[in-house]
Amino acid sequence: MATLASAAPSAPVPLSGSAADLPPTLRENGQREVFCGLTSIVWLHRRMPDAFFLVVGSRTCAHLVQSAAGVMIFAEPRFGTAILGERDLAGLADANEELDRLVAQLLERRPEIRTLFLVGSCPSEVIKLDLAKAAERLNRQHLGRVTVLNYSGSGIETTFTQGEDGALQALIPLMPASGAGGASDPEQRLDQLLIVGTLADAVEERLISLFHRLGIERVASLPPRRSTELPSVGPGTRLLLAQPFLSGTARALVDRGAQLIQAPFPFGVEGSRAWMAAAAAAFGIDPQRVAEVLDPLVERSRRALEPHRQLLAGRRLFLLPDSQLEIPLARFLARECGMKLVEVGTPYLDRQLMAAELDLLPPGTQISEGQHVERQLERLRAARPDLVLCGLGLANPLEAEGMATKWSIELVFSPIHGIDQAADLAELFARSLRRRAALSFA
Amino acid sequence: MELTLWTYEGPPHVGAMRIAASMEGVHYVLHAPQGDTYADLLFTMIERRDRRPPVTYTTFQARDLGGDTAELVKRSIAEAVERFKPEALLVGESCTAELIQDQPGALAAGMDLGGIPMVSLELPAYSKKENWGAAETFYQLVRGLLKPLLPPPGSPKPDPARWRAEGRRPRVNLLGPSLLGFRCRDDVRELSTLLGGYSIDVAVVAPLGARPADLMRIPDADANVNLYPELAGPACSWLERQFGMASVGTVPIGIGATVAFLRELHSLLQLELPAELQPGADGVCEAERRSRLPWYSRSVDSTYLTGKRVFIFGDATHAIAAARIASRELGFAVVGLGSYSREQAREVRAAAAELGLEALITDDYLAVEAAMAAAAPELVLGTQMERHSAKRLGLPCAVISAPLHVQDVPARFSPQMGFEGANVIFDSWVHPLMMGLEEHLIGMFRHDFEFVEGHRSHLGEGAPPQAMPTVDDSITTTETSAAAPGGELRWSADGEAELARIPFFVRGKVRRNTEAFAKERGLAVIDGEALYEAKAHFSR
Repeated sequence: MATLASAAPSAPVPLSGSAADLPPTLRENGQREVFCGLTSIVWLHRRMPDAFFLVVGSRTCAHLVQSAAGVMIFAEPRFGTAILGERDLAGLADANEELDRLVAQLLERRPEIRTLFLVGSCPSEVIKLDLAKAAERLNRQHLGRVTVLNYSGSGIETTFTQGEDGALQALIPLMPASGAGGASDPEQRLDQLLIVGTLADAVEERLISLFHRLGIERVASLPPRRSTELPSVGPGTRLLLAQPFLSGTARALVDRGAQLIQAPFPFGVEGSRAWMAAAAAAFGIDPQRVAEVLDPLVERSRRALEPHRQLLAGRRLFLLPDSQLEIPLARFLARECGMKLVEVGTPYLDRQLMAAELDLLPPGTQISEGQHVERQLERLRAARPDLVLCGLGLANPLEAEGMATKWSIELVFSPIHGIDQAADLAELFARSLRRRAALSFA
Repeated sequence: MELTLWTYEGPPHVGAMRIAASMEGVHYVLHAPQGDTYADLLFTMIERRDRRPPVTYTTFQARDLGGDTAELVKRSIAEAVERFKPEALLVGESCTAELIQDQPGALAAGMDLGGIPMVSLELPAYSKKENWGAAETFYQLVRGLLKPLLPPPGSPKPDPARWRAEGRRPRVNLLGPSLLGFRCRDDVRELSTLLGGYSIDVAVVAPLGARPADLMRIPDADANVNLYPELAGPACSWLERQFGMASVGTVPIGIGATVAFLRELHSLLQLELPAELQPGADGVCEAERRSRLPWYSRSVDSTYLTGKRVFIFGDATHAIAAARIASRELGFAVVGLGSYSREQAREVRAAAAELGLEALITDDYLAVEAAMAAAAPELVLGTQMERHSAKRLGLPCAVISAPLHVQDVPARFSPQMGFEGANVIFDSWVHPLMMGLEEHLIGMFRHDFEFVEGHRSHLGEGAPPQAMPTVDDSITTTETSAAAPGGELRWSADGEAELARIPFFVRGKVRRNTEAFAKERGLAVIDGEALYEAKAHFSR
């Protein structure tokens, strides 16, 4: 992590504040009510329509992904599970042969697939089925036809959104080196902005066009829309994280020569502006230019945000750990919507990546890391917040106890990034309260 | 290893969760990694439950594996007992924990749980599935709780008519209804009312709504009703073996089955068969008039239902019942019958054989979709997955079985069982079809310019105008592309015109048959005459 922090020399700290004003983080260890990393397949397969995600796991894995995704809408989804049977557990040699057979069968059925991700699961990790080796072997078998990669989405190693971190890291070795002359020649280095993290297509287009307007010419995205059209990386690549759960990906890209831009995440007007301004600063763009391009958007978005702010201001918010978006969302809802933060839960806390966010949190904000769901619910019930951000398993029970809730999973699927989306993001939270107010059975 | 894109059933521990969550006062400690907590949403979102399922997950992580996961299990059990104070405890593991072999059941057995009954569940995750897990859990729980009450060997079987001597009304248990089962909540209400009308009391309903103490009252009843054999089968046979309790095996879905069920129960309890359950001169009993299905089915508007081709797939109980109702009570032609319930495959095969069909036993939804397309049905009765497949094929569909979607837990009273269940079934199966009068009118006006092929007014959510061609395409493109390399088969303009006159739902099949026929005869061009030749050939 030291390399990560030191690799961002050009990153300005955009806004002042101090993480030192926060009370000690509450570290909890107990039952975690969080999905595993396999869940990220749900949005990754939509981002890369030429890729297939094959979980090597159990019926539970298959059931999890279909339950989280509600996949019945697809004729043939671009993800599936190679379900381990008793015979596969008895002998790993057979398991490898079986996997080869299944992959051949799958590729015959889906000739349009260009990249196949073998996704490790809890059972495959525990029986030590080596998917990296399997990917190597399958790459040889299907050379020129499909690229086979692997990563782990297992629940004993990853939570919910961390699956994307694993999938992107698997892609990094395939990214071409940028700049013909190599790293040593500053004349040859390719200046580009690399946005990392899955964004909704429309949001991505909008952000890229804004970066163009700011004067950043080359903007690429990871993951790309086609798994085979990977962006290059190297010195001159400035790395801007669009999602807060990509620690490993950031490290691996820094290792490939990219410079990490330190910034808050692009949620809300303030965070999104600071995020874009940090990128502009990394390209030496005049802050005057940034203001010219972004300030009208900021002005417009603040107006759009206002009705939601009026509803949310002063309301007390409790965020349960789930998607890893909790800290940036808490920062937005507190600073721009006036909400009072009761507790901000996060599955894990990466202080380096969250540095800019932590500085912006209101003094006294209680962060909790990890989970002991029963104790956390006790604190929640004692605090009686006006709004709770939580997973699908908890939402209805909490509503039944009289607390308004917002599903965290919806935030991972919705276009919420950027200055223009700030009002939409606030609306997702305001809607829960608005709906409660709208209902009457008297 | 088996490639699965979608699965009808979850893993067996989800079946165990269904039992725990259906009951009151039961808690389940599940040794499982954090991702497995997804299963909570099946109850809180699909069933819209207002509380979390009573499950404590150990949520072990990779770093725990080097240390003492057994200690984590014991801590989780102790905390769950302390916090939830259950009346009975289930202890088990999911697929990953099965591999690390901590044996949570044995660990729990070595703990002081303050005298709470504890049942250790061994549910092999790599060979069994959800319904099996639910049935096994219910059986183990019943067995575990009733063990102290076992009659000594050699005791005489209790007389199902002992209620008479004891001066009370006869009483039966309803076994099998559970959360995530299809319309169980309403079936219980419908049957309780129905039985009450015949002076039969319902003693214990389980697992839905039962406490452990209620399970201990099971032997007090005169007989068991095995409402959902997928779930209650093993428990009912154990009760029969150990307590000599008779079970009623007829599942009362549909008019015939409801009447047969009531007759079987009366005979078992040695109750006098009421006049309304006795068949009249025409073979019809008065009781069936409690439902509108028999009359609606006889009424002239329903004439158009005659011989409608229907494809059925679901769990065994609902699929078998649907086949019987479709063929006998609605006058449909069943053109396909299948189930994902391997444990009940024998019963499904028998039901299919009765209809001259071969049962499709599979958990591969694509195989089901292919069979559906090949059978060219006019109505599909299936699970939510068949509803989606049918939509792709442009076919109307009604849902008859789990796995559930949130829509399958309706706000209104909507049973499948008993006489009201038959009413619900008539409406929900017939409404997706065109009504008789409507079909007649469309037939009359079909040559008017306003007529657009593909118009089916009752498919509001369903087929867009291009849906009919889709039926054709899905069948013919695959077929013709397969045929293409062999010969240069071509359709003439008048051949195509004749083909277009054939109703859409059999058009694909006719096209295929005709092409096969033409190839056999070595024809290069299929014209109108060739089509009629083929038609005559295949109708023989």
